[in-house]
Amino acid sequence: MLAPWYQLCALLPAPWSQFLFLQHALLAILLLCPLLGLLGTLAVGNRMAFFADAVAHASLTGLAIGVLLGATSPLPVMLVFAALFATVLTVLRRQSSASTDTHIGICAAAAVALGLTLLSRGRGLAQFTSYLAGDLLSIAPAELLALAGAGCVCLLVWWFAFNRFLLASFNPALARSRGDNIAALEFSFSILLAMLVTLALPWVGLLVINALLIIPAAAARNLSRTMRGYHGIAVGGGLCCGLAGLALSYYADTATGATVALLAALWYFITVPFSRRPR
Amino acid sequence: MTAATRADAGPDDLATVQRSPARRAGAAAGSSMTRHACGSCCTKLSRLVVRLGTSTVLDGIDLHLHCGELTALIGPNGAGKTTLLRALLGELPFSGEVRFLDAATGRRRRPRFGYVPQSLEFDQGAPLTVADLFAAALARFPVWLGHTAALRARATAALARVQADHLFDRRVGDLSGGELQRVLLALALEPLPDLLLLDEPVAGVDAGGRENFYGLICALRRDFDLSILLVAHDLDLVARHADRFVLLNRTVIAVDTPAAVLAHPECVRLFGRLTPDPALRHPHAVLPHAGSHA
Repeated sequence: MLAPWYQLCALLPAPWSQFLFLQHALLAILLLCPLLGLLGTLAVGNRMAFFADAVAHASLTGLAIGVLLGATSPLPVMLVFAALFATVLTVLRRQSSASTDTHIGICAAAAVALGLTLLSRGRGLAQFTSYLAGDLLSIAPAELLALAGAGCVCLLVWWFAFNRFLLASFNPALARSRGDNIAALEFSFSILLAMLVTLALPWVGLLVINALLIIPAAAARNLSRTMRGYHGIAVGGGLCCGLAGLALSYYADTATGATVALLAALWYFITVPFSRRPR
Repeated sequence: MTAATRADAGPDDLATVQRSPARRAGAAAGSSMTRHACGSCCTKLSRLVVRLGTSTVLDGIDLHLHCGELTALIGPNGAGKTTLLRALLGELPFSGEVRFLDAATGRRRRPRFGYVPQSLEFDQGAPLTVADLFAAALARFPVWLGHTAALRARATAALARVQADHLFDRRVGDLSGGELQRVLLALALEPLPDLLLLDEPVAGVDAGGRENFYGLICALRRDFDLSILLVAHDLDLVARHADRFVLLNRTVIAVDTPAAVLAHPECVRLFGRLTPDPALRHPHAVLPHAGSHA
């Protein structure tokens, strides 16, 4: 199914384009970076940076449960657990405003602790460490197709529901007065975000996934004044950082996820002088 | 509004006004229907009770809000003014009935609300223009890809109603307090609601801006035969513009003309006796035109 992609890669002038694993990694970057950048725009607007990080941590509990259940691939269990965790966090977010970050911190810590406890009992801690840094170069065609599928779902949701998400994010009371169901919107965005983060986790790595989600959008905020500009710069910036990071990690022999995150952080700091000061 | 003042208001009032289709009904801009100024459409609140936990915050609220009338909700802090608005908007559970009687069809249904929030808290740095905000509220085409020509036309027309069409391409975070209130008012009026709810709309706006804002909503009330419920603190200013005052303190204490409610013993006890304003006796005599309040 990926044959056309291989032919396309073979046309690239770069010496590394002949390696199959790099062709896969390149496709993964092309799928993941724009997607995370796209969802990052609303995650930043809703102040959900910490939320996404907590969900990524909680995915490890899903991994542990999956391993204990003897599943050949722990991913479905991880996705279900991430969705559950996102639901619980959203309930907490909705109930209290002042101490939400404390609640999220406690839930994330509890989930990680549970995951570590379960994994250490089953002597599965080695699996855990591979999720910390992620391994983009080991992605297989079937997993690429899963990412492409997730990408289609995200794009569909973004096409049909983004306007509703945006109004609810701007002012919930205003959105409600216009007939929007705020609870449904908050839960669906949280769950969508949690599942995308979990799906990307094995390739990007727990320690840097939030960078790919939050930083392109945060940098785009500094440079844009309209929603279209915001999305364009977030997606484009994420993609450029991803491609540059993949190339750099190949030549410098470093972890791809971390290299991409580092470049993204650099990109953010470049945009800071252009940010607007609050009125 | 009485029949006499309605007759005095002139032929403009009886002209039909463009009424945009409900957002749920379809595309960003479509066919329009018209609404005649009638004064007989009415939102009725019957036996409305709001309980929070074990305490009853609002009890036995009975109110009739007629179209073409500006009703100001006054009362001390904690009287339940904002609570009443939040209950109407469906943010708080309540018992009792809220129904809109549509004089044109004779049917009773749930009213459609327009809402301008109190001191709007939002992300000042957000990359969001006024056009983006209108597109998010009115259009199906995703805002992150831009705006359709239909949306631009509809939003510009909505903004023109409040003389704010020049703000179309401005970033929402860059607007002044008064400009933001006008943009939100324009949004609340598109599509035209059965009942417009304003929660201290001019908090944080300077005196000139307040006068302008009230002048504007008075003109809109007349031009679009709107029913408006307004929570207000600046009593003397609102008294010059409102048709009716509702004194609220957990329940409805008094409903009457502004002058009569301000003279009510409970109102005097709560707010003291306000200096009589000569304009109060003939509130409609000083009603400004929309055009003079750009």
